[in-house]
Amino acid sequence: MYVLIAGGGKVGANLARVLLQDGQGRPKHEVTLIEQRRDRFDKLEAEFDHQVQHGDATELHILEHAGIARPPDILVAATGDDEDNMVICQIAREKYGVAKVIARVNDPRNQAHFDLLGITPTVCATSNIMALIEHEVPEHDLIHLLELRKENLEIVEVQIDKDAPCAGKSIDRLQLPEDVKVISVMRDGHAENVLGTTELRAGDQVLAILQPGKEDELRRALLKR
Amino acid sequence: MARARERLLLSYADPVKAIVIGCGRVGSSVAKQLQRTGWDVTVIDEREEAFSRLGENWAGSYIVGHGMDVDVLREAGIDDKDDPALAVVVATNGDNTNIIIGQVAQKRFDINCVVVRILDPARAEFYAARGLRTVCPTSNAISVLTDAVRACEYTPPENIQRVKVAG
Repeated sequence: MYVLIAGGGKVGANLARVLLQDGQGRPKHEVTLIEQRRDRFDKLEAEFDHQVQHGDATELHILEHAGIARPPDILVAATGDDEDNMVICQIAREKYGVAKVIARVNDPRNQAHFDLLGITPTVCATSNIMALIEHEVPEHDLIHLLELRKENLEIVEVQIDKDAPCAGKSIDRLQLPEDVKVISVMRDGHAENVLGTTELRAGDQVLAILQPGKEDELRRALLKR
Repeated sequence: MARARERLLLSYADPVKAIVIGCGRVGSSVAKQLQRTGWDVTVIDEREEAFSRLGENWAGSYIVGHGMDVDVLREAGIDDKDDPALAVVVATNGDNTNIIIGQVAQKRFDINCVVVRILDPARAEFYAARGLRTVCPTSNAISVLTDAVRACEYTPPENIQRVKVAG
């Protein structure tokens, strides 16, 4: 596979390192890494040799020199600048027909802009860590665990407390909204697959897959709130 | 948006709203010119000291903030219910920042008249083809300079006579 990586910071450089090695020192994938800063580029060149290209990855001639016209199987926009990452992805996809782009989101407030421009999938370290923190300390009764943007689906977790009206009822008897499917229940530290006859209990953590926007309907069906 | 345009047609006395993002040499001058011709102008820049370029007589508004921040755009009234912005001019010193803010104004806030400054001719051309109204000072300078040089060829020195060569 040919992977083009824009941005040779920690994310980009480590990604290149992993993609290039298979553990026995043999190259696994073909990689070109683009880095703008001279000092970083010099270090990267010492390690990756000709697989690094010096320059601004939002300039078309730099991208072309790095081989974007082939085109690569995947482009990863991993610079520390969200505007740059969005522009790189738009150019890659729309001008050069790169089939798959992956973008790094630095500031979670910019996620809406990535979504607006249809740039997906995106990875945001801050948002991911926040989701993990919420998972550990459930302040909310419904937590977003995973977004499958392309599929327009998401996986959420609902905390069933002792007052929840669904406690003691089987899944079949709950009036779950359409397009919402309960997939598993976390109980006493174990995940169990859910059948229609599975009875929910207080203290359960319920995993459900649903379309974004159906959260409130699910919350009402399980918790009546 | 539609309402703002209607108002422009109905009454020139009522100022129409424009937002200028980036208060550098270009942005500040555009803001001043628009205001002089009767627009209600709000300027956005990250650095407060940039607004000194607007001069002491600046009667419009300004907001310290980043144009990528939707809350800042809203504070500038981009989607005011009664008085949305008619035009957005994006002229910060970053091409990619301008490209993204321009698209946010166009696609998220449905602003019809979005004008974006892009210094790199290649990116300006790419985004112009995708429906963004781009202004590329570099391309303009190239064509003006080239034309100026070409114009010189057509005024030959007087002491050289043009001789018609037979054949």
